[in-house]
Amino acid sequence: MDTQSYLPVEPGVGMEENFLSLDDILLSHERLPIRTECRFPRLGYLERSTDAQDIPEGTKMELPLWLSKGLYEKKRRVLSVELPKVYREGWRTVFNADPNVVDLHKMGPYYYGLGSQMLHFDSPENPEIAQTLLQTFVGRFRRNMDSSQNAYNEDTSALVERLDSTCTLK
Amino acid sequence: MFCEKAVELIRELHRMTDGQLPAFNEDGLRQVLQEMEALYEQNQADVNEAKAEGRAELIPSIKLRHCCLLRNQRCLTAYLYDRLLRMRALRWEYGSVLPANVRFHMCAEEVQWFSQYKKSLASFMRSLGGGEGLDLTQDMKPPKSLYIEVRCLKDHGEFEIDDGTVILLKKNSQHFLPRWKCEQLIRQGVLEHVVS
Repeated sequence: MDTQSYLPVEPGVGMEENFLSLDDILLSHERLPIRTECRFPRLGYLERSTDAQDIPEGTKMELPLWLSKGLYEKKRRVLSVELPKVYREGWRTVFNADPNVVDLHKMGPYYYGLGSQMLHFDSPENPEIAQTLLQTFVGRFRRNMDSSQNAYNEDTSALVERLDSTCTLK
Repeated sequence: MFCEKAVELIRELHRMTDGQLPAFNEDGLRQVLQEMEALYEQNQADVNEAKAEGRAELIPSIKLRHCCLLRNQRCLTAYLYDRLLRMRALRWEYGSVLPANVRFHMCAEEVQWFSQYKKSLASFMRSLGGGEGLDLTQDMKPPKSLYIEVRCLKDHGEFEIDDGTVILLKKNSQHFLPRWKCEQLIRQGVLEHVVS
């Protein structure tokens, strides 16, 4: 079927998500390492490492992004979110040095999307994270655009494999 | 973790990037609604307990279950909405009569929505062109000529054109036909425009 007429809801821009976008829903399903800052009574079965009835304060576990966003409060009484490896100092230096080298698909298919969402959690490194995301995109953009415009009849799967899902151009 | 089934529904649709409509996952929908009922009941019980006995420490759990309810709601709404978008695309690509195998994939309410959409589109198209009507679903690309050379890709049986001539569409046969008659069949993949 010719797909011109099927226009799905596109993902949100920057820190916003589009409620009905399938891409944003899948993006927010990604898991993040968190630490609980309060007790969660009667939900012990969610955290399978212990048999406790409650989730005690100070538990380290993984929660999906949507739940972390929903529960997070500025005063940190509920949970604190750890930055995933890719957005920390070490990897940021790699990205700043040469954005084109990295296999973004291996880093998790939603590098830009997840990175933008991480800005919701008030990390002190937020300005640096935002800066790195932008510079990485700018750095890779030229090569991505070039490949997509000049890939007539060639097999581009090797190239596309290393791209983040936002950049997977047809 | 909660809301796994709901995300499965989303993945089902996300996999079909070409706009195809998969079968309506009634089972999946029912499971998500059941999970929502269970969460809601647990929350009601906890809220009553928190209010009656002043147990404020139950609130984080209540909030968590509430997030799960909202998430399930989001997934279901997005699932249903995306299916509507695909059905709308079908009207523009296939025409107002859908092939039976596609209609099987739609639930009763979706069939109803589709027929109402058809009616709205038809009355809109009738109102154009000064009361004469204009078929917007034809000529999606600017036409270059009145008659076109087409090759048949599959057996489609007999096909009648405006002057009464009946043409037999057999696989690999070539014909010279008026463009407006062929457009639907080209989009369905039965005919192929031969550019020599």
